[in-house]
Amino acid sequence: MTTDGTPPEGKPPAPKPPPPKPAAPGKPDLSLPVPNAALDALSEAMGDAVEEVTWFAGGVSVRVAPERLIEVLSFLRDDPRSRMNLLSDLCGAHFPADEKGFEVMYHLYSIPNNLRIRVKVRVDEQTPVATVIPLWATANWHEREVFDLFGVRFEGHPDLTRILLPDDWKGHPLRKEYPLEGFTEQHPRFR
Amino acid sequence: MFHTEVLEVNMGPQHPATHGVLRVILSLDGETVVKCRPVIGYLHRGVEKLSEHKSYLMIPPLCDRLDYVASGSQNLGYIEAVEKMLSLEVPPRGQYIRVILAELNRISSHLVWLGTHGLDIGAMTVFFYCFRERELILDMFESFCGARLTTNMFRIGGTLEDLPPGWTDRCRHFIDILPSRIKEYEGLLSMNRIWLERTKGVGVISAEDAISWGITGPCLRGSGVNYDLRKAEPYEAYADLDFDIPTGQNCDTYDRYLVRMEEMRQSARIIRQALDRLPDGDFRNPKVPKKIKPPVGEVYHVIEGPRGEQGFYIRSDGTEKPYRMRFRSPSFVNLQALPVMTEGSLIADVVAVIGTLDIVLGDADR
Repeated sequence: MTTDGTPPEGKPPAPKPPPPKPAAPGKPDLSLPVPNAALDALSEAMGDAVEEVTWFAGGVSVRVAPERLIEVLSFLRDDPRSRMNLLSDLCGAHFPADEKGFEVMYHLYSIPNNLRIRVKVRVDEQTPVATVIPLWATANWHEREVFDLFGVRFEGHPDLTRILLPDDWKGHPLRKEYPLEGFTEQHPRFR
Repeated sequence: MFHTEVLEVNMGPQHPATHGVLRVILSLDGETVVKCRPVIGYLHRGVEKLSEHKSYLMIPPLCDRLDYVASGSQNLGYIEAVEKMLSLEVPPRGQYIRVILAELNRISSHLVWLGTHGLDIGAMTVFFYCFRERELILDMFESFCGARLTTNMFRIGGTLEDLPPGWTDRCRHFIDILPSRIKEYEGLLSMNRIWLERTKGVGVISAEDAISWGITGPCLRGSGVNYDLRKAEPYEAYADLDFDIPTGQNCDTYDRYLVRMEEMRQSARIIRQALDRLPDGDFRNPKVPKKIKPPVGEVYHVIEGPRGEQGFYIRSDGTEKPYRMRFRSPSFVNLQALPVMTEGSLIADVVAVIGTLDIVLGDADR
């Protein structure tokens, strides 16, 4: 911006993200951090792999670089301060506006330490995510489901096939561009 | 050793012992299972996709229809997740009513499990006894909310209604007779030689394997892991109530049977305490907004359902509809361990293991 208010030549400046709104009076601030021993251990040992840490309603999400995913998850599973021995859930989400449009989330829980943490990776459609079956056997069907509904591929998965939908189904229904009622011309008999 | 040709058999999708539309592809060497591959998806209704197109208030009926045997727990978990996002308090009376109804739901779900599990293995009488008591619970649900199966009895901020007059006496009567009825089932099964032969040492899974396969709920506790979300992360009024978590030692079908039987007794104990301490006051928070618009953020909330950990992941973008709604269903996760628990055993044991995993295919397929 020049001093008289006219935009300069060339690329217009990127719109600034709106400043975070302060919590309304009487409403608790949900983005406050809560002590989490697993997160402390992770940021001490491999803080460089962590891209972003966010808090909401007492739960923590850690976004990590996709190429270091296995390293981070193995650490969280084996380190005595976190001991995340249960992969509670593994799911995906689609953000069509982003360059890396897909997010894969790992909800971890530690039975001995009673701790929870959510690890995320962001990938595009072409890049496969490393499978976590060697760490938790339960990931097998979850990864098949993410592949089925989002089309995210997992590298090293022994049997990456559709699980909920028929094998000959076209498209991945949980993508945002997929219509709610499906592409009916593809499947006239399901109408 | 003699070896016959390996034969591939489709068990299901229409088979009475698969509890719905589950297909299991079995490779058999004589009667021994060489390979087992469960195939699911026959009941897939796209509930997660559907939820993204509905407002937060319209989703609870969809949750009910996931695990229709434990619709109360499904409902509760979703509603608690939304309340967590809104940081909404539930008045004490609402919390206690929720606990009572959720525990009744657990008992009714375990009764369905016991009846059908017995029926699969050949004990027909237990089925009729279980459904006799389940009927009493469903009648109580009916008088509370009008529905028997897909109850939809909780609301954001509390419950649908206050308990109707005379309801607590009815519930107390049921809790009084339940222990003697549980004794009746145990009299039919616990020392029954056929039952012991069919369940002892069948479907063994070690604690380590069970955790790695993500198994939760009574199946995990049957393997000796003391993990129950009602104790680990107490929700509602569970922190005030006194109850024990039964665990098994032998990791087999018989221990999982013992765990569930004891859980029914513990549920009755919880209900009795909750009825005794039932506080007065509002059953629903009067400050619930008309339009539910949670702030931008994400929540993963889990509760202890009758089958295990029921997870609800909600991602909000600040609008009236969730950006992403994910249901983590215990049936889906537990069913995945079927091959590990059955390979190498007899084909008849597959039926026993499907029964002990206590799956609901509506929940697995979503």
